[in-house]
Amino acid sequence: MVKESSVKETEAADTPRIGVFVCECGVNIGGVVNCRAVADYASTLPNVATSVVNKYACSDAGQSEIKQAIKDHDLNRVLVASCTPKTHEPIFRACVEEGGLNPYLFEFVNIREHCSWIHMQDKENATKKASELVRMGVSRAQLLEPLQSTVVPVTNKALVIGAGVAGMQAALDIADMGYKVYLVEKNPSIGGKMAQLDKTFPTNDCSICILGPKMVEVSRNRNIQLMTYSEVEEVEGYVGNFRARVRHKSRFVDVTTCTGCGSCVQKCPIEVPDFEFNEGIGTRKAIYVPFPQAVPLRAVVDRSVCIDCGACIKACQSHSIKMEQEETFSDLEVGVIVVTTGYDIYDPEPANDFGYGIYDNVITGMELERLLNASGPTMGKLVRPSDVKPPKRVGFIQCVGSRDKKRNRYCSGFCCMYALKDAQLIKEKYPDSEVYIMYMDIRAPFRNYEEFYDRARDMGIKFIRGKPGKVSEDRDNSVIVRVEDTLTNNIYNLELDLLVLSVGAVASESSERVRQLLKVSRAADGFMMEAHPKLKPVDTTLDGIFIGGVTQGPKDIPYSVSQGSACAARATRYLAQGKATTEGITVEVDEDICVGCGICVPMCPFQALSLADGKLAIIKALCKGCGTCAVACPTGALQQSHFKNQQLFAQVRSVFTFEGE
Amino acid sequence: MAGTEWEPKIVAFCCNWCSYGGADTAGMGRFQQPSSLRIIRVMCSGRIDPMHVFNAFLEGADAVLVTGCHLGDCHYVNGNYKAQVRYQFLEEMVRELGLEPERLQLNWISASEGEKFANFIRDVTAQIKQLGPSPLKPEGVN
Repeated sequence: MVKESSVKETEAADTPRIGVFVCECGVNIGGVVNCRAVADYASTLPNVATSVVNKYACSDAGQSEIKQAIKDHDLNRVLVASCTPKTHEPIFRACVEEGGLNPYLFEFVNIREHCSWIHMQDKENATKKASELVRMGVSRAQLLEPLQSTVVPVTNKALVIGAGVAGMQAALDIADMGYKVYLVEKNPSIGGKMAQLDKTFPTNDCSICILGPKMVEVSRNRNIQLMTYSEVEEVEGYVGNFRARVRHKSRFVDVTTCTGCGSCVQKCPIEVPDFEFNEGIGTRKAIYVPFPQAVPLRAVVDRSVCIDCGACIKACQSHSIKMEQEETFSDLEVGVIVVTTGYDIYDPEPANDFGYGIYDNVITGMELERLLNASGPTMGKLVRPSDVKPPKRVGFIQCVGSRDKKRNRYCSGFCCMYALKDAQLIKEKYPDSEVYIMYMDIRAPFRNYEEFYDRARDMGIKFIRGKPGKVSEDRDNSVIVRVEDTLTNNIYNLELDLLVLSVGAVASESSERVRQLLKVSRAADGFMMEAHPKLKPVDTTLDGIFIGGVTQGPKDIPYSVSQGSACAARATRYLAQGKATTEGITVEVDEDICVGCGICVPMCPFQALSLADGKLAIIKALCKGCGTCAVACPTGALQQSHFKNQQLFAQVRSVFTFEGE
Repeated sequence: MAGTEWEPKIVAFCCNWCSYGGADTAGMGRFQQPSSLRIIRVMCSGRIDPMHVFNAFLEGADAVLVTGCHLGDCHYVNGNYKAQVRYQFLEEMVRELGLEPERLQLNWISASEGEKFANFIRDVTAQIKQLGPSPLKPEGVN
């Protein structure tokens, strides 16, 4: 279906009449580049009908000026020299379309990110370069051709990958707006990291008590099809028309008949450390229910440790245990994808991170959560690992694995707050205990967070500004921490019963796998990258794919929930409209020149090309416009629209001038 | 501009999704660079035709840079692998032509690697300044 267009069709053969608009972007460009000189230079270039300076080309006034100039000067090409097409090309394309031109008759020249901002001390050369960049753009603009976008139908279903709190929120919101959602979770239960936490800051309410009802809501929502213990294996297609293959791992338990009663678990003779939910502190059986509030509340068998004794099969009254169960696959068709695959906890290195893994009584923040939790391995009784006795003196070291140039430069954001919370919980449980927090800065920026910090101080928790230099162990397994308080210049040798490392978030391996599957960009910190850091915080550069929660970078629960909702709102726009516009840039073939050799066909990763009766056929809806096939074409019959050879050659040629020009 | 130092002209082919974004990020981070670079934006490094690269040399480029997403990160699945294969051919041709190898460089730069992009441009510019103008540059072109 081709979009109907009321705009004036400009034939490529028309003599170009180019309007050049040089944006000052306030002082962002104007403070470095002499925009007036650039505009004056542009007016001397061939086929430039008008050339002016705008204060802010993207503002309402700037855009009106462009639209007016199209009428006044009978322009058939528009060139804006301003910022980056990555954020502003859609704005100006829409502007020239409103002005009556085909949106692809617009040329963008970047003189901000690629000029004024990188030559701030060299105004003369910046102006010279800006003029040359405009000259290159004018050469290209002469050869631009009108293109048509294609409107494609959208499958009105969504796929949400990852059922932590962000993914659950996204799924619930999309489902409540009336659309079918497939919610895929790799673990046997939904809930994510939040399900493991004891309490949540700054209210100290029980984590699973607020999450549990939401998990049940997800399982009961008729629009949500929950796929736990499942992973997305393959994704293909494009906005509105994604196809995803999901692998359902074998639980060896029939989830339709299992009641989660736990009889099988009681009979199972195999007991192994529970790394899945209890951070390796407690144990679980070879057949286990992930945790008491798990959704779905169903058993799962870990065949890597199972000895096939059959005790569970005998114990199960509903005959649900199926040791012969094989993994299955589902092929889903969805219109949009929301990625909420979460994160991993930073794993401290024994050699470099304060004796973690060497001394028994050095643990991570997440291990402490499980030790404090009423349904944890100790039933909420805080004990130190070496002798299972309640600790009297507890220390926290902040920023372990975060804000560290050797590991991760970023701040994980939530570690200060969880340390304040856990310190308070310890003080509440054992008012006589001494609790120390060793920190660089305490970061407590949102509502009631600073007040929460105040509360911690009022409770008598001691704050030492400094990062410990040395951690060692005493004969009775106490941990000795040598730390300088940089506010008082005092050096302490703290003797602690328990040392907690406030570890941050790192990009998870499973997230990385999904990222590569979907081709979402990766940011320098390893997390997935949003389309724009401010204006499109949950979009990706891929239409129809959204990211939320810690997948996009470390953040706390309220922020993750907000992003889950934001993903739902952004994604549902496509579902509600029922259609999406795809890029007008595709490849096209000149049938008179094409010899039907077929060299291009295997070049296309999207199967858009095929040979039929010795002629090349292009499925435009599948073509994503990368242009790789055009390079392979030996005759030049295949061309990528908007990036044709002649357009690129012209642009390159005008990089240079002959003497005297 | 008499008395000012010779500034080479370097043509970089950047893919829309990664290396062009890396150049943007360099700008956003205000990583200052020499004004030698002229970027030609294409959608994918797989669109970079060896013909485009030779054409740039013949027009007068002192160096040509082929850039794209990191391997495995291509927006179009594997366009950068195709670019890499074509680049190997280009490298050989550059050698045959007697051009210094520094004049043709390949680099994978993600949209977040602004500092890497800026350092790359600084390094290449310094190398080319040492070498002087390209022997393929036509007379009278600058």
